[in-house]
Amino acid sequence: MTREVFITGIGIVSNLGEGIEAHLAAIDASRPATVEAERFKPHLVHPMVPLEWERQIPKKSDQRQMEVWQKLGVYAAGLALDDAGIKEDKALLGKLHLVCAAGGGERDYQVDGQVLTGLPEAADPGAFLNERLMSDLRPTLFLAQLSNLLAGNISIVHGVTGATRTFMGEEQAGVDALRIAKARIAANQGDIFLVGGSYNAERPDVLLVYEMAGLLWKGHFASVWERGEKGGFIPGSGAAFLVLEARDHAEARGATAIARLAHVGADQARRVPGAAGEALDGLFERAGGFDAASGLVVSGATGVAGITAEEKAVLDRRTDGTRRIATGDLFGNMLEPQFPAGVALAAALVRRGDARQAAVTSIGHARGEGLALIERI
Amino acid sequence: MATPHRDKHGRPLVVVTGMGVVTSLGEGKTDNWTALTAGRSGIHRINRFAIDNLRTTIAGTVDFVAAEPFCAPALSEQLALRAAKEAVAQADIGRPGDFPGALFMAVPPVEMEWPQREALAQAGKRNGETSYGTLLAGAETGRFKAWHELFLFGTVAARIQDRFGTKGSPVSLSTACSSGATAIQLGVEAIRRSEVSAALAIGTDGSVNPESLIRFSLLSALSTQNDPPEEAAKPFSKNRDGFVMGEGAAALVLEDYDHALARGATILGFVLGCGEKGDGFHRTRSSPDGAPAIAAMREAIADAGLTPDDIDYINAHGTSTPENDKMESMGCLAVMGERMREVPISSNKSMIGHTLTAAGAIEAVFSLLTIGEGRIPPTINYKVPDPTIPLDVVPNVARDARVGRVLSNSFGFGGQNTCLVFAAEPA
Repeated sequence: MTREVFITGIGIVSNLGEGIEAHLAAIDASRPATVEAERFKPHLVHPMVPLEWERQIPKKSDQRQMEVWQKLGVYAAGLALDDAGIKEDKALLGKLHLVCAAGGGERDYQVDGQVLTGLPEAADPGAFLNERLMSDLRPTLFLAQLSNLLAGNISIVHGVTGATRTFMGEEQAGVDALRIAKARIAANQGDIFLVGGSYNAERPDVLLVYEMAGLLWKGHFASVWERGEKGGFIPGSGAAFLVLEARDHAEARGATAIARLAHVGADQARRVPGAAGEALDGLFERAGGFDAASGLVVSGATGVAGITAEEKAVLDRRTDGTRRIATGDLFGNMLEPQFPAGVALAAALVRRGDARQAAVTSIGHARGEGLALIERI
Repeated sequence: MATPHRDKHGRPLVVVTGMGVVTSLGEGKTDNWTALTAGRSGIHRINRFAIDNLRTTIAGTVDFVAAEPFCAPALSEQLALRAAKEAVAQADIGRPGDFPGALFMAVPPVEMEWPQREALAQAGKRNGETSYGTLLAGAETGRFKAWHELFLFGTVAARIQDRFGTKGSPVSLSTACSSGATAIQLGVEAIRRSEVSAALAIGTDGSVNPESLIRFSLLSALSTQNDPPEEAAKPFSKNRDGFVMGEGAAALVLEDYDHALARGATILGFVLGCGEKGDGFHRTRSSPDGAPAIAAMREAIADAGLTPDDIDYINAHGTSTPENDKMESMGCLAVMGERMREVPISSNKSMIGHTLTAAGAIEAVFSLLTIGEGRIPPTINYKVPDPTIPLDVVPNVARDARVGRVLSNSFGFGGQNTCLVFAAEPA
């Protein structure tokens, strides 16, 4: 038995604003993404629009227990539950499965700086490190850093307590979260899932990881397709969550479906030149049935050299003339939530009638390839 | 082929055909089982880093495995590699470097560690105080390119995939202290969906470093009874005062029963059921009534097509924290009823410590060995019974017993509760 999977709720936040309508409006107006060039100079980031946290995280005590990356996710998850009309349905929330794609949380930059300043002069560096960390680390900071505590906070704040699982692994974590949630619904291993992730790019510790490999785009903003041989990505803050639901479950509760999640494919090629493009091409081949003529492409291309050109070649060959939106140009690379965010946009555009079908691509900056097909209902 | 085997819910049956394990007790099933059934502890004084100014100075670190550069992801990878090698060799499946199935991998969350921060600070050094600006300047030198990959969350799984040739997109996951059990559950589900005929499920954790230890210490989660180290972990005892961090890895080759039969594989046991339930009560504490843990145990038993009366032994989460052991005991009594007072329950953590991300997988291997060997590993250091925990914890000495079905519990921070049922035969 294979069940159809519907998208029945979307929550998304980024530099473009809060909610799916704000994102569609920005796309329609070709509004350029906000670029923050000063705070982390010479690095660029796409910063979050300010949010009124209280609107989705009513308790100050909950807000205090979280760092920004978690608050973004809890906020977007709340928007998705609102959109699906299940925010107050305690019985349903108690059965709702949660799959998060998550990295880790913020450091205490001041403590790290003080420790690193003191270490070279310390008579006994090991003893010094222990002493500083024991006295300076906030005990609850750990909980704001742990990957699975995004899910934990969604459980606490929104009462989502079916079961939670957290996938890690940068962009591909978002692909696999959607792939496996969809497969489980289709195979009757669950009726309704909340799936997504969040990312705070405005953090020097995350910039550090990518700067070590020279993967960050510097200078002036340029489209991901026009970053040339140097290439690079601009990290973006944001979060995206989707409510996925078996068609029969959605219909039984009278939910309005946004679009059908028809297919999610994933692969992980060994990254030699050409491999990522070949993997994406293979994903299109196995997905079958993408009608480029009546379709729309939402690409997650990062702008990183090599793989972006490989993706472009595949898209040019398979979807020449089809409208193409690059999420990297809208909100940069949000890593884990990038693919869920792309699927969210595609679903909303398909619902609006922009296309009958949409293909959403992902080629992770370091590894992992994904493809989703979204269809109009 | 004959009529395919199905479980009571009409799904493909899932068997285990290969297992590998590394803990502080040693490498491989033989050494671990010998130590575990002899009641030997792998917990010792930490000598990997300075212990001055720490409240807890002991752990079950794995000190016989090298990793370069030494950090949690590199050690976790090496531990996983060894466990997976043993498991795949035992299963005798596929060809070398060509495992015919998917990879589900529980790994500790990855982050840069202090030695690397220091190196970056050194490389980016200007006058005055060190800040993240200094580190970024160090990163810009281009001398640390390899560390980008090292500190990505998906790298450990990607490297295991490269080595063993598992198929598709490997999943890296965390459900805190139930991660190892979740990796198995994901593999079971994929086989039940007939998406794959085999899966490699791994849990690994090599993250005993100063900051991880201090983080748990600041949450008052660790035992501070440092002397003697091997007596600190005492699950279900009245004087228990926290868990002891441990390291290790375990790998299980999961396989569709019919696939395993067709190739003449040796069946080590069945994974009959999985149960999970979220808890929205608190970030580190379980619901006081134990309801989510109870729901997870019940779901696992029902998913297995069994009733609580069919369970012969419980491999406890049994962390040795005051709260977990009380909640778990209460939960087991609620699920099993009065009979629970006679059902043996023991905690491997009394000997290997809490191997965190790896625990669910390591304890799965020990659960299956318990079934296979007909011998229950003890809960050691049980000297002062807790009157509020009226259970048969297999105190201090291993016990011979016919064990056909095991319930293995895993509970974690963030409201994670995952339970698995292993068995010698289908339900």
